[in-house]
Amino acid sequence: MAHLTTMPELEPGQDRTMILNMGPQHPSTHGVLRVILEIDGENVVRIMPDIGYLHTGIEKTCEAKFYQQVVPLTDRIDYLCPLTNNLCYVLAVEKLLGLEIPPKAQWMRVMLNELTRINSHLVWLGTHAMDIGALTVFLYCFREREDILRLFEAVSGQRMMTSYFRIGGLALEPPLGFFEQTGKFADRFPAKVDEYENLLTGNPIWMMRTKGVAKLAAEDAIALGASGPTLRGSGVDFDLRRDMPYSGYENFKFRVPVAQDGDVFSRYMCRVRELRESIGIVQQALQGMPEGPIKADAPRVVLPDREKMKTQMEALIYHFKIITEGFAVPEGEVYQAVESPRGEMGYYVVSDGTAKPYRVHMRAACLANMQTLPKMCEGRLLADVIAAIGSIDIVLGEIDR
Amino acid sequence: MLSIETFVVVSVIKIVIALFVLLTAVAYTVWLERKVVGHIQNRWGPTRVGPFGLLQPLADGIKFIFKEDLTPPHVYKPLYIAAPMIALICALTSIAVIPIGNWVTIGGVHTPLQITDLNIGLLIILGITSLGVYGVALAGWSSNSKYSLLGGLRASAQMVSYEVSLGLSLIGVLIVAGSFSLRDIVDGQGGHFWGFIPKWNIFYGGQFVAFFIYLISAYAETNRVPFDLPEAESELVAGYHTEYSAMKFAMFFMAEYANMITVACVASLLFLGGWHGPVFGPPILQAILPVFWFVLRVFGFLFVYIWVRGTLPRFRYDQLMAFGWKFLLPLAIANLVITALVVAWRA
Repeated sequence: MAHLTTMPELEPGQDRTMILNMGPQHPSTHGVLRVILEIDGENVVRIMPDIGYLHTGIEKTCEAKFYQQVVPLTDRIDYLCPLTNNLCYVLAVEKLLGLEIPPKAQWMRVMLNELTRINSHLVWLGTHAMDIGALTVFLYCFREREDILRLFEAVSGQRMMTSYFRIGGLALEPPLGFFEQTGKFADRFPAKVDEYENLLTGNPIWMMRTKGVAKLAAEDAIALGASGPTLRGSGVDFDLRRDMPYSGYENFKFRVPVAQDGDVFSRYMCRVRELRESIGIVQQALQGMPEGPIKADAPRVVLPDREKMKTQMEALIYHFKIITEGFAVPEGEVYQAVESPRGEMGYYVVSDGTAKPYRVHMRAACLANMQTLPKMCEGRLLADVIAAIGSIDIVLGEIDR
Repeated sequence: MLSIETFVVVSVIKIVIALFVLLTAVAYTVWLERKVVGHIQNRWGPTRVGPFGLLQPLADGIKFIFKEDLTPPHVYKPLYIAAPMIALICALTSIAVIPIGNWVTIGGVHTPLQITDLNIGLLIILGITSLGVYGVALAGWSSNSKYSLLGGLRASAQMVSYEVSLGLSLIGVLIVAGSFSLRDIVDGQGGHFWGFIPKWNIFYGGQFVAFFIYLISAYAETNRVPFDLPEAESELVAGYHTEYSAMKFAMFFMAEYANMITVACVASLLFLGGWHGPVFGPPILQAILPVFWFVLRVFGFLFVYIWVRGTLPRFRYDQLMAFGWKFLLPLAIANLVITALVVAWRA
């Protein structure tokens, strides 16, 4: 495979082959991925992914915003896990500021992040199954996703673009009854996972379509920078939550699912087991939820409560200053990585000492994961390309940024 | 014997009724599918047009007729236009030889409940439905689009391959019945054995393996889940009918459902005892009940179709071929040989 150009053009290599353009408008390229295939009958000879159809310029836009104004932009990068983006960004800025986050905020962040992971995996499972022809799983997954979105709406006022985390803590106290609702969801969710597994795991057709298909060797996965379930499906035991804990993940007990075969089925099993582990983390967070404030004690950075603004002069001044001129962040650069549902999501923030970031770069887990696509698909059948794309779980918003 | 005038009038009436019933059945099979799959998937299906969405097929039909009839500039026009017609005509013609009940006397005319009772009815059905593959293959080729071409290729290969095991699975029944006439085959399945089990071929003739082969091959023949590769939307956009719109697309759609109904009718006639069932009451009820039992079987078969669609993922092309040639075909041949031996030994 030659290098990636902005407009890749493939010429037919032999007389027998045909160039097939798949996407950017195609039912199963998960958004606007364009894949150019050279096929010999149904066999894929070469494959070249082409990206850039969802370029939003968010990285550049960040440079024109105050630090706190970047948070809503991060929602829109990987739109399936907005809270993970929020978390990664605020952790990076908090590292620059040297802020200490109160435990309740940390535990809430962990809990909501795991709900986000479940949310994202449900969308993945539904669409992946639909790509392989199992239509019903899609609607079952979206049924449970709806419950999670309701929880997000309760806590942040938004279903998808949550922007719930703030530099220094959380935006709002969780509403009354939120923990009970979440607890009820966590109790009934494992039975629902059984339901999905009844339809797929062990289904002979599903096994035929996924076992031994689109194999990715561990060396290749590491060499291409894959992470998340794409990496763990190839037998590499690496999870940032456990290996480089952030936001208090070291307080939680969970297993990191790893599968050895490196095929579509392994990646499927990794994610399905992660669904169960994540709901376990949510339950632990609910049981051990500490009491206390949800914002750090840093009046120059954290917006004051409404109550204080009406009674205290200083609070009103701080509020006015943060809103109108932001807050200066000490000079320096920082890289913060978190384990997103798709792999290592990283935010690289450079500060020049002003109230606006000098540069914000996002490391997209999907971008690196997608590079494994040619390794998985070349020499296989057309239908396997669809299964492989589904098993990588790409989100084009994150790839193109 | 009927006079020639009566024969023509009766035949025309029967053709009109059969066509009307078939097209209505096609429309309501679509409705049934949307309803059943909807309920399997935690949804309601159509609810807005008429009570329980019952007028939805009508609304869909009107929509198809009034849509702009697009012909893309890059197609080979004669075949592009002919292909959906071939598909639909082949799908509708086979209903001509399917009997749906016993002989009846209406207004002094004694006539069978089928358009024509041929002594080679089954061969006609097999022949005409095989011609249907031309519609699909030509649509794929004449559209001059890569997705259509792949869809057309897949469809032709799949339909030709599964035709073999489908045909072989039916031969077992033919050996047991000793006739090609669908009416004779059904008549042979009347009565009970061991007191209560009906003498349907699936039980009495020992043709349950054949039924299993027929069931699977029929799914492949009609391009239905889990064998819906020719129109696998997640791979080939819409397969062979990617470039079709409006009424031309509707023709393919109707052909697929008409084929499903034909296949369900053949299954009911050959394996499930046709219209046999308890018949009682006044003469009018005695005339209607067999038809009712037959329709019930057909809908049962269609329901299984829809149920499977709500449950299973799709095969891959090579797996489909391997399954057809390496598993179904040997099984069908074994079934045929064993049936032949048993019948010969009994004789």
